[in-house]
Amino acid sequence: MKRSFRDALKESLLSLGREYPALMVVTPDLAKSLRIVDFKQTFPERFITVGVSEADMIGVAAGLATTGLIPVATAFAMFAVEKPFEQIRNAIAYPNLNVKIVATHGGICVGPDGATHQAIEDLALMRTLPNFTVLVAADALETKAALKAALEHKGPVYLRLGRDEAEVVYREEKEFIIGKADLLREGNDVTLVACGPLVAKALQAAEELKKVNIEARVINMHCLKPLDEELLLAAAEETGCLVTIEDHTRIGGLGGAVAELLVGRHPVPVEQVALDDQFGESGEAEELFQKYGLTVSHIIAAAERAIMRKF
Amino acid sequence: MQNDSLEMQQLQKKAQQIRRDILEMVYRRQSGHLGGSFSIVEILVALYYKIMRIDPANPKWEARDRFILSKGHCAPALYAVLADLGFFPKEYLTKSFRCVNGILQGHPDLKKTPGVDMSSGSLGIGLSVACGMALGGRIKGQDFRIFVVIGDGETNEGQIWEAAKTAAHYKLDQITAFIDLNGLQNDGPTEKEMSMAPMAAKWRSFNWNVLEIDGHDFPQILAAVNRAGQRTGQPTAILCRTLKGKGVSFMENQLKFHGTPPNVEEYRKALAELS
Repeated sequence: MKRSFRDALKESLLSLGREYPALMVVTPDLAKSLRIVDFKQTFPERFITVGVSEADMIGVAAGLATTGLIPVATAFAMFAVEKPFEQIRNAIAYPNLNVKIVATHGGICVGPDGATHQAIEDLALMRTLPNFTVLVAADALETKAALKAALEHKGPVYLRLGRDEAEVVYREEKEFIIGKADLLREGNDVTLVACGPLVAKALQAAEELKKVNIEARVINMHCLKPLDEELLLAAAEETGCLVTIEDHTRIGGLGGAVAELLVGRHPVPVEQVALDDQFGESGEAEELFQKYGLTVSHIIAAAERAIMRKF
Repeated sequence: MQNDSLEMQQLQKKAQQIRRDILEMVYRRQSGHLGGSFSIVEILVALYYKIMRIDPANPKWEARDRFILSKGHCAPALYAVLADLGFFPKEYLTKSFRCVNGILQGHPDLKKTPGVDMSSGSLGIGLSVACGMALGGRIKGQDFRIFVVIGDGETNEGQIWEAAKTAAHYKLDQITAFIDLNGLQNDGPTEKEMSMAPMAAKWRSFNWNVLEIDGHDFPQILAAVNRAGQRTGQPTAILCRTLKGKGVSFMENQLKFHGTPPNVEEYRKALAELS
């Protein structure tokens, strides 16, 4: 079963808007594309469009936060993060303001719009900013839980969502604890550490691996920063090798975060399922996953390589 | 009338003292931006001593008027005023400015310095932040004003104009922006490096209320700020003709003193002129 990230964002903002009177939405002329027109109609005074001006959006969000409101600045990841990155650094991260940046369209899963709209560097960028918490939602239900966790957290948060539909990972409302990853499946031969819509593929890969007697542990690393070090170190210790899986460049994202931890604390073989150091292109998401190496069979192959390296 | 002129004399004395404090900071630390700090002294003194609703004992007071030094490199001027008003001890001006573990960073830092309403330093951001503050104040039913000081070189930044359209669109009349037209930017005269002429027409075309004054003249500054406060439905830009390095004859209009600290001889001469 699949559900849409953007519908989840729409519903989450509406329900959390009722729960959090301080929640404001700021967007650069993308209300329709983000499907958040309902929020605008329900809470017109709490919805601010800044027109097509992303740097301004970040500054406006920062200013709102100084008055005690909780702005959610929302756009496609390319425009929420990559275009106004310096403004995010100096006007939100450095003054540690309580702004939530919520971006859809993270990764090449964006599809037909092509490389200009495929943010494949956003996690690497956002991880480098002091004070920022970095979250990635795996599916629709997790989107709502992550957004609520972001609102409860005092301080800047980046939440990355996919563009379109994602295979459902969570069938019931879940709790989202910042800094605590979800252990979705036990196993002791290899650990698959995934984030975003690729978590569902990691679970499928684990099912396939079971058929050849490989028991894969699966972790949804929905919080890239702070990282759940305890869970990762236990996985390194108990399974002896890991595969990181993300719709993002292999430089500096989930794979980088995991490697940075393990290289210093518990070095074990780590294989990456991620994008090589190149741009994407137009195409349907699944076609791009196939071409750029983000499918279930790529995960299986990486798991086998990782296991081989243990010996 | 006599009271008024007495008051103006006091403000001028205050401005002179603030300039001495700025000179001390930059000279002792041998780092900082003197010229641009001197060009905004009267604007800051008028705002902080005559206009703004503030309480130095309660720097986070919700109803306070806000000040954003968007041209954050001129922090010495802001620090000298905040110290004089008692937001922090005056000795910090020389002991802390641009020093490790200091509360007075090279550019304003809202986390470290009491009285600083927004961190700044990277040019172009402050007016957007002012828009956010104004929208926040509006939704919370608060009537505070927001004052922003923007450099003329800074108006090269596209984000200034992104914010200008947002402020006009939302009719943010709580915002008053001072454009410090000292005519010199980092690399040279603004007209030569990147002309923004006609500056007033630009702001008008963005649907701002525009006033043009001598930025070193207290009666003109106070009158303009009061007119801005009465204007409804439109933000106000006060275009201030100023002199970079104002107050010290050999520093006025000299690019050298944009970011180069004075040597001992220059310091002594400047101090003598300001005393």
